[in-house]
Amino acid sequence: MIISLQRVTKVYRMGEVEVHALRGIDLEVEEGEFVAVVGASGSGKSTLMNILGCLDVPTTGRYLLQGIDVADLDDDQLAVVRNRLIGFVFQSFNLIPRATALHNVEMPLIYGGQRRERRDRALAALEVVGLADRAQHLPSELSGGQQQRVAIARALINDPAIVLADEPTGNLDSESSAEIMQVFTELNREGRTVILITHEADIAAYARRVVRMRDGLIVGDERLAVTPGSEERWR
Amino acid sequence: MSVLEALRVAWGGLTANRLRSGLTMLGILIGVGAVILLVAVGNGTSERVQQQIESLGSNLLVVYPAATTSNGVSQGFASGSTLTMADVQALQNRQNAPNVVAAVPTTGGRAQLTYGDLNWASSLTGTTQDFPQVRDYQLAEGQFFTQAQVQGDAKVAVLGATVAQELFPTGQDPIGQTVYINRQAFQVIGVFAAKGTSGLGNQDDFVAVPITTAWAYLLGGGQTNVQEIFVEASSAAAIQAAQAEITETLLETHHISDPAQADFQVLNQAQILSTASQTTQTLTVLLGAIAAISLVVGGIGIMNIMLVTVTERTREIGIRKAIGARRRDVLLQFLIESMFLSAVGGVLGIVVGGLAALELPNLVTGLTTLVSGPSVLLAFGVSVGIGLFFGIYPANRAARLNPIEALRYE
Repeated sequence: MIISLQRVTKVYRMGEVEVHALRGIDLEVEEGEFVAVVGASGSGKSTLMNILGCLDVPTTGRYLLQGIDVADLDDDQLAVVRNRLIGFVFQSFNLIPRATALHNVEMPLIYGGQRRERRDRALAALEVVGLADRAQHLPSELSGGQQQRVAIARALINDPAIVLADEPTGNLDSESSAEIMQVFTELNREGRTVILITHEADIAAYARRVVRMRDGLIVGDERLAVTPGSEERWR
Repeated sequence: MSVLEALRVAWGGLTANRLRSGLTMLGILIGVGAVILLVAVGNGTSERVQQQIESLGSNLLVVYPAATTSNGVSQGFASGSTLTMADVQALQNRQNAPNVVAAVPTTGGRAQLTYGDLNWASSLTGTTQDFPQVRDYQLAEGQFFTQAQVQGDAKVAVLGATVAQELFPTGQDPIGQTVYINRQAFQVIGVFAAKGTSGLGNQDDFVAVPITTAWAYLLGGGQTNVQEIFVEASSAAAIQAAQAEITETLLETHHISDPAQADFQVLNQAQILSTASQTTQTLTVLLGAIAAISLVVGGIGIMNIMLVTVTERTREIGIRKAIGARRRDVLLQFLIESMFLSAVGGVLGIVVGGLAALELPNLVTGLTTLVSGPSVLLAFGVSVGIGLFFGIYPANRAARLNPIEALRYE
């Protein structure tokens, strides 16, 4: 069991108003799963993503990540967990604009205190996403699809327990979207745990398990049969 | 994250906005430069005063009138006019003061000198025949006036080296020429060898005449006031004994029984030096404090720009936190940026301030500067400290950012 959420709630205070973003989530994810979390905006899926990614902690309930209860961790310990166990892929790529692709990819290693082989590992990660020849380019010199692939390389560099992708194709055209989803599919095929947050059914269809959310609750959890030709619909 | 990595990241941040980084540095540069320059001016002045006092003469003691008070308000150092030629004669009496070799009175004022169509404003020193010996002046040409010339109110003058140069620029022999001092004709009988401009004033820019002549023709009003008496002791070891003898003799000639009521003061060189260095130290501190204000302003400039930078890079901070940057990583990054700005600004300020201190004496005559090693080290230390101090608040603000909100920031 890589992820275990038990009766997780999250309450925000917006001025005087309390917003119940999550109202009691139970979710378990096994190693090697490819899960899509779908739901309309306001359904709580972004909050869930923040909690799964250890950017935020639950108001009540327990979140065990590889057996670690994150509620017990302080800010810096959460930062270490994010660095070691989680690879983020964001809708808006979130690369550092002043840094080259290579430097962006090796950044988690810098914060992880890795000194040796940093460059080689970063180059290898870029190789995996097919961008080894763009290592010295700045994000502004890359297309959206290429930027997202750099972000994926960055997410993979520390060999994380889970890859968390928040609307990874939201800013991409359909062709680039298909390429990115193929990268995720490939990663999952190699045994990597991928959690995908999306509101597009087409994108969710790449996953093997779809979790539906509405009003801060999980309202559906279905496992899909593997459909090898699913990406064909994008062609 | 190692400090080296943090430096690399900070460098990237600074070079991303060169103009802004440069302008921020300029603030510190000006502050540090001003500190270096003004402290150099203060130190240079105190050095000059010290040299001037040391070059007054050897084994020298100076008798000044005491400060007078008018309606209970002190009129300042040596403002009285209580010394007379009788005092000088009493001090020259070996029975009164066996440790005194010679005593010379001086009195002075402004002197407007003309020779032909050349004009020179200088200062006048009325004195007696022992002046060159006591004040350690050599004669380059001619001779000094004699006791007979002093007693006879002779209209003879001995020119300081600067005065001779100004009035006789073509190198003609001044000896025997007639110059006009405040419209009175004087015969030049000697020229002093240059002492160098190692004092607050130029020690070669004056003209010496017999004190009696000065009283009779130049200072007006028929006064016979002695402004100071320079006394030479027989040896360095005899200075203290001489000082006591002078005090005793003058108390007697002035008919004062209580030494606390003395209307004069006797200072040796060490005492003059310490009085003067108190004044110049105050000057140095004052100049340094004025400059320090601009340094603080520069520091506030750094804080301002770092706050802007942190706001601008909110999203970047969010990204870094999401991929594992801890608080101290972010803190270190921004602290190093601000310290880098202030340290580089500080080094440039030291260079600029040092160069200005070297150049300034060439532009402003009579000014010496002295850049001291400790002031350079201190200025550098303070500038780095300012980067640290004014950087902590913005860096801390960056380090405490909530990653979710930071990532959402547009």
